[in-house]
Amino acid sequence: MAKLELINLNKTFNPKVIPVKDISLTVNDGEFLSLLGPSGCGKSTILRMIAGLETPTRGKVLIGDRDVTHLPPGDRNAAMVFQSYALYPHMNVHDNLAAGLKLKKIPAGEISDRIQSVSRILGLDPLLQRKPGQLSGGQRQRVAVGRALVRDSDVFLLDEPLSNLDALLREHVRAELKQIFDAQQAPVVYVTHDQTEALTLSTKVAVLNNGLLQQLDTPDRIYTHPANQFVAGFVGSPQMNLLQVPCQGTMAIVGDYKVRLANLPSTPPEVVLGIRPEHVRLAKPSDAHVLKGKVFLVENLGMFKLVSIHVKNGEKEPIVLRSLLPPDQDWHQQELELALPLESIHWFDIKTGDSLARP
Amino acid sequence: MSTTAPTHQPTTTKPSRPWLQTLLFWGAIGAIVVFSLAPILWQVLTSFKVNEDIAAIPNIYLPRRITFDHYIELFTRRPFLRYILNSFIVAFISTLACLAIGTPAAYALARLRPPGGKLIQLGILLITLFPSILLLQGLLEIIQATHLANNYLALIVPYTAMNLPLTILVMRSFFVQLPRDLEDAAKIDGYSTWQMLVHILTPLTLPALVTTGILTFIAAWNEFIFALTFITEETMKTIPVASAQIGGASVFEIPYGPIAAATVVGTIPLVILVLLFQQQIVQGLTAGAVKG
Amino acid sequence: MTKGNSIEARDRRAGLYLLLPAVVLLLLVFAYPIGRSLWLGFFAQNLGTELEPVFVGLSNYGRILGDSHFWQTFWITVRFTVVTVALELALGMSVALLLDRAFQGRGLVRTIALLPWALPTALIALGWTWIFNDQYGIANDILRRLGLLHVGINWLGEPFTATVALVVADVWKTTPFISILLLAGLQSIPQDLYEAHALEGANRWQSFWQITLPLLLPQIIVATLFRFAQAFGIFDLMQVMTGGGPGGATEVVALYIYSNAMRYLDFGYSSALIVVTFALLVLAIALCSLFISRSRNQSGLN
Repeated sequence: MAKLELINLNKTFNPKVIPVKDISLTVNDGEFLSLLGPSGCGKSTILRMIAGLETPTRGKVLIGDRDVTHLPPGDRNAAMVFQSYALYPHMNVHDNLAAGLKLKKIPAGEISDRIQSVSRILGLDPLLQRKPGQLSGGQRQRVAVGRALVRDSDVFLLDEPLSNLDALLREHVRAELKQIFDAQQAPVVYVTHDQTEALTLSTKVAVLNNGLLQQLDTPDRIYTHPANQFVAGFVGSPQMNLLQVPCQGTMAIVGDYKVRLANLPSTPPEVVLGIRPEHVRLAKPSDAHVLKGKVFLVENLGMFKLVSIHVKNGEKEPIVLRSLLPPDQDWHQQELELALPLESIHWFDIKTGDSLARP
Repeated sequence: MSTTAPTHQPTTTKPSRPWLQTLLFWGAIGAIVVFSLAPILWQVLTSFKVNEDIAAIPNIYLPRRITFDHYIELFTRRPFLRYILNSFIVAFISTLACLAIGTPAAYALARLRPPGGKLIQLGILLITLFPSILLLQGLLEIIQATHLANNYLALIVPYTAMNLPLTILVMRSFFVQLPRDLEDAAKIDGYSTWQMLVHILTPLTLPALVTTGILTFIAAWNEFIFALTFITEETMKTIPVASAQIGGASVFEIPYGPIAAATVVGTIPLVILVLLFQQQIVQGLTAGAVKG
Repeated sequence: MTKGNSIEARDRRAGLYLLLPAVVLLLLVFAYPIGRSLWLGFFAQNLGTELEPVFVGLSNYGRILGDSHFWQTFWITVRFTVVTVALELALGMSVALLLDRAFQGRGLVRTIALLPWALPTALIALGWTWIFNDQYGIANDILRRLGLLHVGINWLGEPFTATVALVVADVWKTTPFISILLLAGLQSIPQDLYEAHALEGANRWQSFWQITLPLLLPQIIVATLFRFAQAFGIFDLMQVMTGGGPGGATEVVALYIYSNAMRYLDFGYSSALIVVTFALLVLAIALCSLFISRSRNQSGLN
């Protein structure tokens, strides 16, 4: 186990690799960092630079205070779980697990000890003599994780390990992974485009877009205090309502209605108003600013209904607002009165997307 | 080409006058079979005929009596076993050498982007078009200078070189197809490039190795002009050369009986190879040629 | 480019080392002889000079220009190539089309069709020599029985018939190669193109000309290119069946070079011949490549 540090990592554009700009972060022992972002955001590039499969154009990678930036992957003592598992097809499970250990000249006794304990944790015992081709997707995934665990690594790297599993299995394995990595100390870097995975598994989340770090924070704060519009819109399902609205004085104009603006140094001509559907609620008599609209779409999410409402906007296109409402009523085509609690509204700069004020 | 459309299935259309079409079709197939087999079969038949039958006019097609004399003569009057051995050693060793040298080179070109790689690839493609005759004189000089005439090496080295282009091209296209993840995982496990090539990648390319190995073996076995020129000592000759030089020592000027027997013996190993590995041979030919 | 310690630089160096043995061997066997012939072509080294090289500048090349024997072998080679390649394409195409259908025993037929290519040319040439034997050969016998002949043809003893015999033998041997290539090409043409064409009212003949041939053009050209290059060096067949005769009627370029080098020991001249043949080959390749890339653009595949 050793601290992982990325200092000013840059990878310039080349046809094979997504570029990445000025990435600096630290992952300490016991921490689990997710690199979260849409495809093409550069998260895999960063992971591969940590692993040594790509060389950064600029910047350094330190593992345990050792500068490994130019060391080949085998010398970094990092272990990786690949999206496609990358198991050696012509070796059986046991040999797949042992391969890396044999290369490090670890004595046979210790190899079999380690394989035994990992195999027990992951339930691989009945599979040890089989070849990857004879295993199911889920079983192969476990072998891939096992291959990483069996080495005494300083850093664990996982590249979208759950994306090839079907939805039910994914949830189950996600829980297993959490338990496994909670039980060990080495820092973990986990690449995913699925925000649920990132939020449930990690101690820290780094949100990336277009090669740039958008926000590095705990899962909680990423959700409740997004640093910019991108993070706000990417994290949280169903997606946050992001309304581009003009401002006048101390009010933001939402369609035919007004909402009090947050305290800003000056009033911008336009602003982006962000509010999560779960915070858009039915208006109470005590509410000051109320929006009226008609439901045009109801999506049943089981626990709630996701209701899409057209808010009148004079002669222009109505504004779409989405709200999570109780599931026991039929909301079709209803005229509703909604309130946007000020303490739940995020305000974003219309040009930069940066957060202007948060609850 | 579009990969969204299903690839071409063999046509099974319904013809307008079924019986005529079917008749023509099977007739054509029959013609192909007969055409392909005829010369070989004729040699087989001739090899078992007694000399009178061979020289009979009008021709006798099926032997009236079966004789093994010609075969016996092959192995007793001439060192034919020796010729088989020579052909086999030369073909086998050059095949092994070709795979051993060509596979790492193919991997380098597929994955490692060595300096000058594109140029080398182009050169390799061009080389496949060189006829042997152009190389004859230069190689002869080298062989004479190194006193390698009548030595297996005089054939093994050129054969290895001649089959290297096809080997490299086919193996390269195979390596390109392998998922990169496998190499990444191996690197992280600590494999060096060479170790990875030997322990992880080459076992996965076994089908391609078999294919190119067989094509190389066939080419080496069949080669004539170098074998004719570089090997002049009787006991070192390969089958094609020795057979072509079977001189008359019988009643006829040219002993067609033993020659036929020689043809049969010289081609049987290849016939067996083709029968066993026809799938691989076809793959290898198309992979190598489509590259052009 | 290979300096430096980065992972990519190390990979490139490793690639160089892995490539080296192959490159060295190829240079030795391919580049050296051509280069040597280039050098020696400026010398005379024959029995007249007691096998010592004597510098003669371009006189060998001058001699080639005026050497009608050489140009005769050149035209014999070209004519032979054109005829055999044309026949092989036609036959190969037919075989490929037939094998493209699914039928019982297709695998077996394909294997049988493959055999001629796999067998040693020299040995099968012996077989053809016997078949075309003027007295005992079954070529004559079959033609006689079919009533097409009365008197046996002296196949290998007459220039025209000797050429015919050689063409038959070469076409027999090489058609499998062409048909395999074309078959692979056929099988890569998506079925729905034919279906769409049929819906528009096309019959099979039209589909062949309008869909199959254009899409197959790259393969056809590659195959032709290969064959042309090979044909420059065709040796085995002629050497065994006719030795270049009768009277030089089937003497191809390779045979001429061979006899100059091995029989007449006229090494300087044969080197010049090698260089000229090589140049002509390169020219042919260049022209064909041009043609290939232009046709590729036209058929809209790349």
